[in-house]
Order: sequence, then C-alpha cells, then structure tokens
Amino acid sequence: MQGKLGRHQSNMAFVFITPTMLLFAVFTLIPIVMSLYFSFTNYDVLSRIEFIGLDNYKRMLNDHVLWVTFRNVFIYTLIYVPFNLAISLSLALLLNRPRRGVGVFRTLYYIPTLTSGVAAATVWLWLLNPEYGLINQLLSYAGVTGPAWLATTDTALISVIMVILWQTVGSNMIIYSAGLQGIPDYLYESARLDGAGAFACFRYITLPSLKPTTFFVSTMTIIGALQLFDQPYVLTQGGPANATRTVVYNIYQSGFNELQMGYASAQAFLLAAIILIFAFINMRLNKEGSMI
Amino acid sequence: MTSARQISSAKYTKATLVYIVCGLLALGMVMPFIWSVLTSLKPDNEIFQLPIKWLPSRITFEHYIKAFTTVPFGLYFWNSFYLALMGVLFNLFLGSLSGYAFAKFHFKGKEVYFRILLAAMMIPGIVTMIPTFFVLNHFPLLGGNNVLGDGGFGLLNSYWAVILPGASGPFAVFFMRQFFVSLPNDMLEMARIEGSGEFRIFWRIYLPLTKPALATLGIFTFQAGWNSFLWPLIVLNDPSKKTIQMGLQAFSYNHKVQYGPMMAAAFVAILPILILFLYLQKYFVQGIAFSGVKG
Repeated sequence: MQGKLGRHQSNMAFVFITPTMLLFAVFTLIPIVMSLYFSFTNYDVLSRIEFIGLDNYKRMLNDHVLWVTFRNVFIYTLIYVPFNLAISLSLALLLNRPRRGVGVFRTLYYIPTLTSGVAAATVWLWLLNPEYGLINQLLSYAGVTGPAWLATTDTALISVIMVILWQTVGSNMIIYSAGLQGIPDYLYESARLDGAGAFACFRYITLPSLKPTTFFVSTMTIIGALQLFDQPYVLTQGGPANATRTVVYNIYQSGFNELQMGYASAQAFLLAAIILIFAFINMRLNKEGSMI
Repeated sequence: MTSARQISSAKYTKATLVYIVCGLLALGMVMPFIWSVLTSLKPDNEIFQLPIKWLPSRITFEHYIKAFTTVPFGLYFWNSFYLALMGVLFNLFLGSLSGYAFAKFHFKGKEVYFRILLAAMMIPGIVTMIPTFFVLNHFPLLGGNNVLGDGGFGLLNSYWAVILPGASGPFAVFFMRQFFVSLPNDMLEMARIEGSGEFRIFWRIYLPLTKPALATLGIFTFQAGWNSFLWPLIVLNDPSKKTIQMGLQAFSYNHKVQYGPMMAAAFVAILPILILFLYLQKYFVQGIAFSGVKG
C-alpha cells in the first residue's frame, strides 16, 4: 500500500517537473554541448555544417579586434566590480541605522536599477553630450571644460563604467542591507565593551559577517560584467576606435551580422571559460580573506 | 552633565552630516531622470540653450507626439508588454509547479535534478546563445520546417522564440521551492487522506499560500522581460514584432540629435516598471534581499 502511494507521488512529481526539465534540456543542456561542437565547425546558417577542427581557435589567435574586446572587458570588470561592491556596501552602511527618512533614501538610490540598459544609456547619451549635456554644463559652473565623454578613446570606457555604476549599485545595496540586518547586535555590543572603535567593528565584525553576501554579489557581478553588451551598444556602438567594443558585441557581430556562427561559438566558449576562471579566482580570494 | 550634552551635540552633528551626504547622493541618483523628463517637456530651442535653462517656459508634449509618430512606439510598447506578461505567466506556473515538486514530493534523483538546475544559474548566457538560435531555427514541423527541422525558419521571428527559452528559469524554480519548503506538510497529509488529487492539493491549497512569493517573482520576471534587449534583437527581425527596447535603441541611433523625442521615448520605456515599483515596492525589496540570502 505504502509503496503504491509512494510510486503514485513519484509519478506525479515527474509530471510536475517535466515541462521545466524539458525546456531546460532543449534550451540549456543541449545548447551547451552544441556550442562546443559548433566551435569546431564552419556553421554559417546557409551552407552545410562541416567539421574544421581547431581552425576557429587558431583564427582567434590572430584576431586583433577580438583581443581588444577582451582587453576592454577585463579593464571594465577590474574597475567596475570593486567600485560596485564598495559603493553599494557604503550606501547600505550609510542607511543601516534606523533613522527617519532612511526608507526614502533607499528608494531613491534603488530607482536607477529599474531602468533597462538601453533606456539608461539613452538618457546618459544626452547627459554626456559635450556641448549641451548636463554633466559638462555643471562642470563649466566649476570652471572645468568637460571632455567629449563618449567620443574620446580615453574617456569612453570610463563613461560607460560610470553609467552602469549609476544604474546598478542600488540592487547590490539592497542585498548588502539585508546582509547587515542579519548581523546580530550582541557582536557589536560585546566588541564595544572590549573597547573596539567603529573601524575595528567594521573590520572585524561587519566585513567577516558579510563574507557570504560579498561572495554572492561579487560572483554575480563578475559574470554579468564580462558579458557587457547593452549600454555600450547604445552609448558608443563599441567606438571610438573599438575602445568600448565588448566580447559579446564581437560575438553578436560575428554570429548574427556576418553569420559566422562557428567562429562566434568558439569566441563564446572562450569567454565562458574566462568567466569561470574569474569566478574561481573570486572564490579563492573570498576564501583566503576569511582566514585573515 | 556637560559631557552628556557634548555627546548629544556630537550625535546631532553626525546625524546632520549623514543627512546632507544622503541628500546629495539622492540628488545625484535621480538627477538624470529629472533632467531627461524636463528635457522631454521643453520646446526645442530651450533644450539647446546655454547656459542651461532648468525649467521649461511652457510645457509641451510635441516630443512625445513626435516620438510616437516617427516610430510605432505604441506597437512596440504593446509587444514588450505581451512578451513580459507571457514570461511572467509561464514562469509563475511552471516555476511553482516544479518548485512544489522539489519541495513536497519524494522521488528518485530529486537532489541531482535540483543541483543541476542550480548549477545552471551560474552558466553564462552567452554560451547558449548561438545553439538556442539554431534550436529555434530547426524546430520540427513549425514555421515551414519538415519533421527533421529543415526548410523553414522554425520559431524564429515569432514571439515563442523569446517566450520559450525563458519560460521556466532556474531562478523561478529555486525561488518557489524555498517558499514551499517553508510551508508545513500536514495540510498535504490531510488532503491526501480526504482523497484529493495531487494537482488539486497544489493548486487549491498550497499555491494560494504563496501569493507574496508569486507577486515578487512576477515583478522580477516582468522587469527582466520588459528590459531585455539582446535576445529579442537576435530572434525578432520582423519590424512589427520589435520590442520597446529595440525601438528605443533604433530611435536613438537614427535620430542622433533629436534629444527631445529621445528623452520622451526613454521615459515611456521606463514608465511601466516605475509605476509597478511605486505600487509594489515592498515586493521588489523582498525579492532582491532573498536573492542575496541564498548565496
């Protein structure tokens, strides 16, 4: 009797999860395998798929633009991720005390995260206009002549970073706020009794307690950062002189504009491997930190 | 006594300082919105006026009319709305269905399946992009394809190309599972003794209890669907099926100096999520806080 009931439940469970597992197999599992296969072929949508061994990977070695895009996203990630974490944690700390009006500030800091990458970039296209843009106008009040933010190779990537920081720090701030709420008060109380100052409390209680939060936030932020696409696509179309061209932009161009899907798959695979490496390094950094 | 007063005055100074910093930061965060909305309401000559003129001398909606008549933003708006809504319906239903199974049923391989789903959240979307395009292109018997999936376009250029790949995200399953796990099992036992079917127990007893979770998940899925850009850009080539993000990008690219209509269009593209947020703020915050706690 028990066994029969158990089997019925088990059958029902499979009925319940079948749609999800089918979709998962068709749109995630199989594509991962196919992606690896495509990276060894000349797949171009139109002609027959042929196996061409390591040709795509060899071609990548000599693809100058591709390495520029990798350099761009590395620089982007190495600047964007630490700043994102530092700013969002600072905002969370700033609003951690139960003061009046804290909720309003939190809401206001969060609002930019509601916008899409495209809409945020569109708005900033206007704000960063060299002549009439608000940023340069405000700078001119201070007697500074602002640069042509998006049109100069020196400032284009920095502008993209600033726009995305503005757009994204709010959500990590909320995650950090939740993490801060989870730290029990008695830790701080006993530390203060032992004569610990504000900085010591932060260094030896807050930061270590936030370790899991930081690990999660940094991993997700890194994965997202290396796949940057929307904002530079709108702000600069990858320019000037490829200064803001990203790897995903390159994959999109190769795959869907030039229809070199095999080559694009190889690039995608390389990027995914690099993302995993970054995530792994991040994991090690977080582990080592906890031993100090 | 004096020292107590000193401390309280120091506290007062500190509080004031915190408020000033918070206020300045808040101003910085919302200024881009305020400025773009002001721009969208200004006559053209005041947009390009130096030194800048903050408030419009008269409010005009000409840029909104211009944006909507140059490009079919109304249609794009509707397309995005439809796609985002379908994403919500599919994810809420399939996510809670399988989340419930992972939380309340015992079956062989449960742990393994669940772990695979979880691991998938870490896979960079870029790897599956091209093969998913291939799969959609070669969907058998649809869009002019034969049984082997050749000959036509499959599901490309249809809304299904956007809806299906994201119809039951791992996050939705995980999110719903956590909620079902927190609900007690005794209602389940009772209902089984009374002879209710398993689907009925899920649909009538447990699902209604997860309304707050459904609201949170729904909002997030809607926002993700509404704001998504790259995938619709790849699979939807039919101009009548474009999304609002695609329309906005094309507009800002093709009408580079028309900042008035551009800001009007951007504001329209942000508005639905902003309204959703203002009404359902607490669900937003709960959702993000949750995603952090799981880490």
